[in-house]
Amino acid sequence: MAIIKTKNLTYTYPGSTKASISDVFIKIEKGEFTLITGPSGCGKTTLCRCFNGLIPHFYQGELKGEITVQGLNVAEHPIHELAKRVGLVFQNPENQLFALSVEKDVAFGLENLGIPREEMRQRVDWALQLAGIYDLRERAPHELSGGQQQRAAIASVLAMQPEVIVLDEPTSFLDPLGAKKIFEVIYDLNRKLGLTIILVEHRLDLTAKYASHIIIMDEGKVVLDGEPHQILSSEETRLIGVGIPKATQLYHILRKDGAKLANTIPLSSDEMATLLREAFKG
Amino acid sequence: MIEVQDVYFTYPSGVEALKGIQLTIRNGEFVAVMGQNGAGKTTLVKHFNGLLKPTKGKVLIDGVETTKVSVASLARNVGFVFQNPDHQLFSETVEDEIAFALKNFGFKESITKRRVTWALNLLGLTQYKKTSPFMLSGGERKRVALASVLAWNPKILILDEPTIGQDYQQKEKLRQFILQMKAQRKTVIIVTHDVEFVAECNPRVLLMREGKIIVDSEARKVLTNSEVLTQASIVPPQIAQIFLQLYDFELPQNIIDVYEAHQILLKALEKKAK
Repeated sequence: MAIIKTKNLTYTYPGSTKASISDVFIKIEKGEFTLITGPSGCGKTTLCRCFNGLIPHFYQGELKGEITVQGLNVAEHPIHELAKRVGLVFQNPENQLFALSVEKDVAFGLENLGIPREEMRQRVDWALQLAGIYDLRERAPHELSGGQQQRAAIASVLAMQPEVIVLDEPTSFLDPLGAKKIFEVIYDLNRKLGLTIILVEHRLDLTAKYASHIIIMDEGKVVLDGEPHQILSSEETRLIGVGIPKATQLYHILRKDGAKLANTIPLSSDEMATLLREAFKG
Repeated sequence: MIEVQDVYFTYPSGVEALKGIQLTIRNGEFVAVMGQNGAGKTTLVKHFNGLLKPTKGKVLIDGVETTKVSVASLARNVGFVFQNPDHQLFSETVEDEIAFALKNFGFKESITKRRVTWALNLLGLTQYKKTSPFMLSGGERKRVALASVLAWNPKILILDEPTIGQDYQQKEKLRQFILQMKAQRKTVIIVTHDVEFVAECNPRVLLMREGKIIVDSEARKVLTNSEVLTQASIVPPQIAQIFLQLYDFELPQNIIDVYEAHQILLKALEKKAK
């Protein structure tokens, strides 16, 4: 069953004459790990803001077409109702954190939902541990490094245990190992808890291997939508300027020059190394 | 030239962020500072434009100690683009934002205009010149911050995480631009976690850990040394990972570039076929 569905979705920010997204038709199934990518300024963040109702309720502007989340029409349901279903981790963690301690920030959403104290305690600790910042729980968010703030923002969304988690470049300030750990946490939530994940990322080298679905946007429109191996091997993807993973790129240029590699497109270095190993042995 | 002589720095909170940094960066060098969150990367580069002054030791820019001059006068020669563009942007339009520093430095209006046009064009922002920076996407705001510093053409350019939010094409443009700066004998220092970008540029890499520089060498050596990378919380780039995994096939181990990998693997596979 589709958990998020859009039909002709078009949105123009107040004061702007040009639509930031136009005629978007997408369907995201429950339990999918969807990667949204495309050139800077192509409308990725705008689309994410529609998923939890920030558009149109907070940003206003003009919304046309339709978007439903678990069958609810986003335009007709307030943000607080949608927030239980869709958690959004912002690109810039400073736009999200405001409390005096990390712990209070993580608890804030739960307090608003009126969750009993004991359960709140458990969920906050669980989220802090998953995000790897349990030790920082008493620190003030504004004193943390950019990477630590991103972890705090992720924890505050995890604590809400929404069905869908939308992450807009959630690890841009993290060091590579820190980023990898966060992506693995997200991937685990997807596999083990069956949460639907929507991830906005430019760095497909780090993330393509987790995805079961890729959406590529350009100039406000969805231009490609489908299974990652197919999408990342299409000529169109390259032409839009999406940085396909280096392992995938290497595979394509080797095959083009006649290298005998099996016909399965790699999305990660592990997959590429396995193909090469077979070729060397075969 | 930047000379860092046995620099220690302790924040007022008591955190010791730099512990004995010894470093020389010559004109025309391209340097990437890498390492774990909290390793002291940003603290180090903030010493290069005088935003921070050493608790102990000295930093000299072209022979002048940073404690002897104001940040404002250093800024003319040392441009700094922050990690988070929102710490830097404030004007009503993109055009005004880029012109701001130029006006402050007393450039003539005709020159200011020309420089603004040049920077807008370089960073693909011309269509937004009358737009408020706050209406733009994260990646675009980052480019406005970059344009506003590039416009005054500083001799030393410090970019804190310049590739955040940038797509492949924008990164490629940035790489080309840095190469141009290098050709003009200008110094570019980036602080970055983007291993793939570093692998494409092959700069000198300073790897930091807990306030110290643990390795100082060319990218292809650093990014293929999995032992030191783990210490610095860095994952090798994909190409390096592929070669690391194929360690038992007698392939070279210092490959980070996709085209170089292509040549080597083609030859190795041909040899195998014979």
